[in-house]
Amino acid sequence: MKKLITTVKPTLVISAGTCGLARGADEIIKAAKDYQREKKIKKEFDIKITGCHGLCEAEPNVLVILNGKKIFYPKLKPENVGTIIERTVLKGVAVEELLYAEPVTKKGYLEIENIPFYQKQRRLLLGNNLFIDPKNILDYIALGGYTALMKALKEYKPAEIIEIVKESGLRGRGGAGFLTGNKWELCRNSISDIKYIICNADEGDPGAYMDRSLLEGNPHSVLEGMIIGGYAIGAQEGVIYVRNEYPLAVENVGIAITQAYKKGFLGEKILNSDFRFNIRVVRGAGAFVCGEETALMASVEGKAGRPRPRPPYPVEHGLWGKPTNINNVETWANVPLIINNGADWFENIGTKTSKGTKIFSLVGKIRNTGLVEVPMGITLKEIIYDVGGGIPNDRRFKAVQTGGPSGGCIPKEYLNLPIDYESLTQVGSMMGSGGMIVMDEDTCMVDVARYFLNFTQEESCGKCPPCRMGTKQMVQILNRITQGEGKDGDIELLEDIGKNVRLASLCGLGQTAPNPVLTTIKYFRDEYIGHIKERLCPALVCKSLISYYIDPKLCGGCVVCAKNCPTNAISGEPKKVYVIDQGKCIKCGICITVCPEKFNAVRKVSPAIK
Amino acid sequence: MVQLLLTSYSKSLDFFIISNIILVMKKIGRILEGYGDDAHNIIQILQDIQTDYNYLPKDVLDFVSKKLHLPLSKIYSIATFYNAFSLNPRGKHLITVCMGTACHVRGAPTILSEFERRLEIKSKETTKDMRYTLETVNCLGCCAIGPIVVCDGKYHGEFKMKDVSKILEGGDKKPHSH
Repeated sequence: MKKLITTVKPTLVISAGTCGLARGADEIIKAAKDYQREKKIKKEFDIKITGCHGLCEAEPNVLVILNGKKIFYPKLKPENVGTIIERTVLKGVAVEELLYAEPVTKKGYLEIENIPFYQKQRRLLLGNNLFIDPKNILDYIALGGYTALMKALKEYKPAEIIEIVKESGLRGRGGAGFLTGNKWELCRNSISDIKYIICNADEGDPGAYMDRSLLEGNPHSVLEGMIIGGYAIGAQEGVIYVRNEYPLAVENVGIAITQAYKKGFLGEKILNSDFRFNIRVVRGAGAFVCGEETALMASVEGKAGRPRPRPPYPVEHGLWGKPTNINNVETWANVPLIINNGADWFENIGTKTSKGTKIFSLVGKIRNTGLVEVPMGITLKEIIYDVGGGIPNDRRFKAVQTGGPSGGCIPKEYLNLPIDYESLTQVGSMMGSGGMIVMDEDTCMVDVARYFLNFTQEESCGKCPPCRMGTKQMVQILNRITQGEGKDGDIELLEDIGKNVRLASLCGLGQTAPNPVLTTIKYFRDEYIGHIKERLCPALVCKSLISYYIDPKLCGGCVVCAKNCPTNAISGEPKKVYVIDQGKCIKCGICITVCPEKFNAVRKVSPAIK
Repeated sequence: MVQLLLTSYSKSLDFFIISNIILVMKKIGRILEGYGDDAHNIIQILQDIQTDYNYLPKDVLDFVSKKLHLPLSKIYSIATFYNAFSLNPRGKHLITVCMGTACHVRGAPTILSEFERRLEIKSKETTKDMRYTLETVNCLGCCAIGPIVVCDGKYHGEFKMKDVSKILEGGDKKPHSH
């Protein structure tokens, strides 16, 4: 390989978001620092610890930034670190055996930009995560951070900023997609001496974690957006309401706020103007409903987070009764980009009604799990197959669930659907915060519907009866169906209750809770009918409808399953065929995981063996 | 200030208890001060108390109620509304199974039932010997490496059925780094 000539100091970038740390990034960091100290080569290169780089599948990973090239090493072990430092960082030679190889074609890639996962993305918000140590404000400033704030304060009047945001067409990234500029204008026009700004970082949708990644990896972009928003709206105080389940995000955003105060981006007389603005962090306490704006404000006020009817909307009557503008993390992070690059630039990205990029968390049965940032209007197929690399283990695509518990399941007929707010709503789902859970043929759609309904039912605050009781009834019916006790008319009853819960609930949680059930009934009705009429779970998921069975032709008589069975349900003699006693079997599935690959004799069957 | 707490300990007052009470009061007093003794910050205050004690002890809540002039019923309404709070002491080791969607489709329910079976408790319960508390969480946002189990703050990704034994057997031997 050609030697890469070094002109500036090389940097070893270590991805250490929560995903990275869970996969051992802390050991990589330690190995790198130890190596640097032991070899006394501290001056030769820098180590930078950053947030998530998006391709979570490849954690823990490092980048070597050398001569403008970004060389990517995925799935590292601590013992690889020395080799990479020795050869790539110091000598400029790639360690070929450690480079990224595409999982299907096995083609190797040197630089991160060339990896197929990143090809169709446009990482306007997440891209800088590669270069920023979130605990150091100077990194953000070095990349042009806070220039949008300077521009806003020096060149524009507040009303002009609102015009720019309106012209850009930016819509709320938290779910409903309300036009951000219009919301700001309403709040600005509310007459009050005190106004508030809230950043909604109560990212409760299971399967969505883009806000976590932004707060962990680039917290100043969110702060800068909020400060500009405060200036435009005429607010003096901002609150970031963040989930306590995200300890690293809480930590990094706290550090970022302290540093922003020190540099004069927060506090009195910001950048020598007359504008003053403060931001504080409020931690949530594990209530999904607090992502709803009126419940969130109740929680900030130190009350139980129960929503209240709207109107009045928060822009008129919000936190402590004052006009309050609430936007989601990703929305705030877009603001500095729009101010710096102009409304026209932003307006040119995306579709007619949905502008800019959107971050999706691509998870579930997908090869390249990770955070993807794509322009609006890209098709589901491009995200799942081109960016995501398709479905692993030779399984077939079945559905993709978008919008979290409020969204719906979209079947393969709609894979060519260009994604924007309207198109997703048309097929019965929604944008939501951007969770995208891919499901293959091993996923039972009735079970998925039951999972989401169970979730919303548990998280229902209990204030309004349609949500409190309607979701409960729906869960009970779904439980019966998945336990093989479904009855004729159950599907119609679910549809009927679902439509009523949707119409009559007080807040967004209840109004959207039936979506996962209604969409799965719409697109996978046969699966429901199979569960009810034939006691059949085609995906072999619903425990009551399946049995484990040892194929006598394949069993090698190795005793492993019998030894591991917790209820002694498996009997037989060594070297002969083993049999499962269906009466004793609790369907824990341990036998299938321990059966040696050379035999692979344990099968799941549905309907259950009587 | 001591008077506040002594009422609930009137039965057997010895030196040890009094000194202990003073310690508790100092500690809680510091937490409250950090939030400007402002009752509106009650959720944050309870979080800090839970971090210190692992749960929300009744006597401490009594003290907070008196100090902040906030009815105890209000404090309980918060403590029972939010999932993060526990009114019962929790075990030495906290095992949290992520039940997010991505973990769910990758088999989190079977992992949870294996923990329940092995520990002979249900989720949100503590073993009789106070060694383990089992909990679930809706999503930790590490969906790429699901299913995830967190044991005493350490994240274990791509969790397999056989890892249940590793966690339970390693429980008291291994020091936990995070």
